[in-house]
Amino acid sequence: MGPRLGFGVFDYDLAHMLGGAVLVLSFGLLYQRRVSAVITLYAMQAVVLAAAAAWQGWVQGAVELYLTAAITLAAKGLAIPFGLRAIVRRLDIHRTIETALGIFATMAFGVGLVALSILVVLPVTLHAYALTREDLATALSVVLLGMLMMITRRNALTQVIGFLSLENGLILAAVGVAGMPLVVELAVAVLVMLVFIVFGVFFFRIRERFDSLEAHHLDRVGRAQR
Amino acid sequence: MGEGVSPLFTAAPAVALAAIVAAAALVPSFAVGMAGGGLADLLVIFGLLALARAVLALAALDGGTGFGGIGASREMAFAVFAEPALLLIAFTLALVVGTTNLDAIATALQDGAHGLRVSLGLALVAMLAAALVENGRMPADNPATHLELTMVHEAMVLEYSARHLALIEYGASLRLLVWLSLLAAIFAPFGAAPAAAPLLWAFGLFAWIGKIGGLTLALALFEGAIAKMRVFRVPEFLGVAVLLAVLAVVFLFVSQGFA
Repeated sequence: MGPRLGFGVFDYDLAHMLGGAVLVLSFGLLYQRRVSAVITLYAMQAVVLAAAAAWQGWVQGAVELYLTAAITLAAKGLAIPFGLRAIVRRLDIHRTIETALGIFATMAFGVGLVALSILVVLPVTLHAYALTREDLATALSVVLLGMLMMITRRNALTQVIGFLSLENGLILAAVGVAGMPLVVELAVAVLVMLVFIVFGVFFFRIRERFDSLEAHHLDRVGRAQR
Repeated sequence: MGEGVSPLFTAAPAVALAAIVAAAALVPSFAVGMAGGGLADLLVIFGLLALARAVLALAALDGGTGFGGIGASREMAFAVFAEPALLLIAFTLALVVGTTNLDAIATALQDGAHGLRVSLGLALVAMLAAALVENGRMPADNPATHLELTMVHEAMVLEYSARHLALIEYGASLRLLVWLSLLAAIFAPFGAAPAAAPLLWAFGLFAWIGKIGGLTLALALFEGAIAKMRVFRVPEFLGVAVLLAVLAVVFLFVSQGFA
């Protein structure tokens, strides 16, 4: 049996705090319009997530979580942001500023989604500890905010960052629960890398074809074939 | 000074400064539990700071110049968003600690029984955003600007000179110190000495100077790293602060209300 669960126990407070920081960075992603700043925020979110995973590894005494943290830091904190920056540089879209909805409306939706995820998680986990509940609610909120980001952005690149941040939410949920098998973790990490590569190729194709990364141009493809 | 201004114009700097000095007297700095501690309600402090701002905005309108009017309207537009954020932060702290008395909050948070809370983290982010705008610091307003079109706070005081301007400038600096002390008292309460032990005051003073120095350094670095945002984006910026404060309250209800 681990230490007592509850507020005021430093182990859990810090884990909780890191989860909260990931959530705040998700809101930062929603708020930020400039592509390069969005990439920086994504990298920061990945680093905080890695810290959360490492801290959970320390608290739970689970060595494999350190590996999770290392993978997160290397792949999402360094490799993916670096690749995204390279894409931004090659496509020369540093200054792209766009959102489909206004920032304030997006943020209001975001807070609504957090409230929704709390309302969903609460009844389901009625018998769990308050802390587990809040951690799950935080992780679910990060997932939903990632989806919201995919919906509200027009640019394919920021949509992909929304997807990647959604995946961060999944990892956050996974590290909070004791005993997630490492195989799953590795599979997810490899999958994300693959998706990232596919999207990279995809960006260049869209760009070549339409001279822009705005996703709504893709509507024309369907119409042309009809 | 323009012709035909009302007495309000000459009285405003003194009134604003008096309100800020009163707020400064209430915020605990190096010791908690001092004589003014019982009066140091968060809402009173926010109200005094709002009073100072409202008086200066009135005086700016009184001058009858275009820039004064622009400055006053912008300052009030920001206040509309900053005030709810501050009230929600006060609400968050009241839910955690059980009182809106700043002295009691600082004492309660100092002994660490409440631990690290996500809500407090969210409240900190919201409060930092509100503090930057309230003090007219960089992303919202530039205190060293000479370009009238981008001014907010400076545009309000364009008509002042000599001793009135000195009072306003002193008030602005003091308000920054009040805000930094407020942040330090709530979110970094360690080191503050109990009022009953004068021997510890030197240590408390040392800790306070260290905290304020750290915060000023952070402010300087932040201002150096960031560009000023457009005036019309500031309400968005503050709207985010309001939403984060709402989120802090929501999380508190989850952990306290249903647990």
